[in-house]
Amino acid sequence: MDLLEFARGPALQWAAYILVAGTIWRLVGILLLKEKPDFSEPRARGGLGAALKVIYTRSFTATPFKKATLYPKMLAYVQHLGLFAVVLLFVPHIVFFEGFLGFGWPGLPNNAIYLLGVAMVVASIALLVRRLTSPVLKLISNFDDYFSWFVSVLPIVTGLIIPLRLGLRYETLLAIHILSVALLMIWLPFGKLGHAFLVFVTRGTTGMVFERRGAKT
Amino acid sequence: MTTVDGRHKLDREAERLAYKPPEIRHDKQGDMPNEERINKAMHHFVKNFNTQTASYLDGCLHCGMCADACHFHVRTDDPRYTPIWKIELFKRTYKRQVGPFAFFYRLLGLKRQVTIDDLEEWQHLLYDSCTVCGRCSLVCPMGIDIAGLVSMARHGMFKAGLIPHELHEVAKRAAETGSPLGITADKFEDRIEWMADEHDVEIPVDLEEADVLAVMSSIEIQKYPQSIAATAQILNAAGEKWTFRLDGFEATNFGMLSGNPEWQKNATMKLINAAIKVGAKLLVLPECGHAYMAMRWMGANMYGKPLPFKVMHISEYLSDALDKGKIKVRKVDTSVTYHDPCQVSRRGGATKAARNVLKHLGVDFREMEYGGDYNWCCGGGGGVVTITRADPLRRRVFKLKMDQVEKTEAKELLSSCANCRQSFDDSQEYFNWDYKMGSLMEMVAENLEEDGS
Repeated sequence: MDLLEFARGPALQWAAYILVAGTIWRLVGILLLKEKPDFSEPRARGGLGAALKVIYTRSFTATPFKKATLYPKMLAYVQHLGLFAVVLLFVPHIVFFEGFLGFGWPGLPNNAIYLLGVAMVVASIALLVRRLTSPVLKLISNFDDYFSWFVSVLPIVTGLIIPLRLGLRYETLLAIHILSVALLMIWLPFGKLGHAFLVFVTRGTTGMVFERRGAKT
Repeated sequence: MTTVDGRHKLDREAERLAYKPPEIRHDKQGDMPNEERINKAMHHFVKNFNTQTASYLDGCLHCGMCADACHFHVRTDDPRYTPIWKIELFKRTYKRQVGPFAFFYRLLGLKRQVTIDDLEEWQHLLYDSCTVCGRCSLVCPMGIDIAGLVSMARHGMFKAGLIPHELHEVAKRAAETGSPLGITADKFEDRIEWMADEHDVEIPVDLEEADVLAVMSSIEIQKYPQSIAATAQILNAAGEKWTFRLDGFEATNFGMLSGNPEWQKNATMKLINAAIKVGAKLLVLPECGHAYMAMRWMGANMYGKPLPFKVMHISEYLSDALDKGKIKVRKVDTSVTYHDPCQVSRRGGATKAARNVLKHLGVDFREMEYGGDYNWCCGGGGGVVTITRADPLRRRVFKLKMDQVEKTEAKELLSSCANCRQSFDDSQEYFNWDYKMGSLMEMVAENLEEDGS
């Protein structure tokens, strides 16, 4: 078994198992905690509708905070949208997903994907610089913040390198890229990248609690 | 020509709002070994954990945006005042002891155990520099209610005997005498008689049966007793069958602010029992922000079942009574800006009520820039106003409020919270500020039309 076969086979397979098992473990550990009933008389309807509302609305910054948070928010948008596009709209990725899903979807031109990938890396570097220089972020950051940054940027960088070759065989570069994706999948459920699924829980619960009060969400 | 008021020192050179970090003072209650304090702090923090709090502690991105929403950080640039940092010790404990991967954190030593030095340092962050105003909760991209977590962390700090001395004294006095300011039933009765005479208003006390139970805040009884008369004038004009009860009149809840759920429950149950005893259909809460949170949103949960009566903040009652024509008011020819008590508006959901009352009064209402739900806190909520060592910090953050108010150029400044009013009065005197905080309820009472009922 060569490196590419290992990356495509057991590495990716086990990374997927760990991703799924870790995510379930973390969610179950949170969702199974006891929940006390709220006996206060509601002012408005809470429930699932309120949860969905806040899951959507909290994607946007409230006007009073726009000025102060504009820079990191813009970078975060570029980072997230770039990642989303690169993962789901790059034609070779779509072909890969089609392999086990049985269906595909239209992708973006390769050059557009490369551009988005570069933008994502630049935004991530800017966010890292901010984390390393802001007194607030320096204080509250820990290993998770830096390692999560590393494992989320690595697949984009290794992907962008593939067409450049850099004197290495295509198969080797592809294997490195897939292994970096496997690393991301393995780490995702355990660190702060878990916000990919926790965001629905945190925003949703806040929506249910505060919409019920008729309070600002 | 100008004369200088001798009460206030004239010093043109001094930095008016120079900030000196508060002196380090770590207060302790009781006599227990440090290890026990640590265990109690953490045990009582995690005791009431549920999905909501666990997801909050697990979901933080460390983006730091909450710092931009916190008045303490905005006015000092001190990174320690970043809201999420204020619960760092408890976040660490959650991950180490309760979270889904706690085993690995402990096994690999990834999260350091909290020490007594840590807890002592955090006393300042959890009490002196957080008013639990919840502004940070609105900026968090994950929707984490950081203010709610601070309240839970306070439970741990209280049980560990690690809260600021002044707040503990006030909360203890409230638990022992029924009032944070030591207002006994006799004193309250004296004040009622005085106000009834002074304002020539009938004030029912201890009726056996009533549709409405009205309660007061000790701050009002002590510092703003005209609130008692105003409450009576309004409820009389509305034709309510109402009463004050001497066995349940104190609406403030310093058990909640200090972090002692038992004291919180005792204070809440006094009011609930009094309301049930008279068969009240409605409990009207006074102009007090945290009293609203304690009874309207937490009262039934302390009771363990739905309350057999409705609960309204006085601003909600006024809004409703004016809409229904139970009371009528004269138009008031002035411009007004309104300071929202955080626990009534942002966290309580009653933001519209005060604005509706002002609309009925016909004033030229001038909303503050980013007022209402995004309003800057007065800086004295969450028990901070009681902590004297926090005065310099509290007054420093009050500058944000001064700017917000002054920009409106309104003639009058109103609120509906005696605790905010106290905080404003203190800073007004300190800064010799032009604005004097007034009461929404008192403005209504002063402008009641006789044929209101």
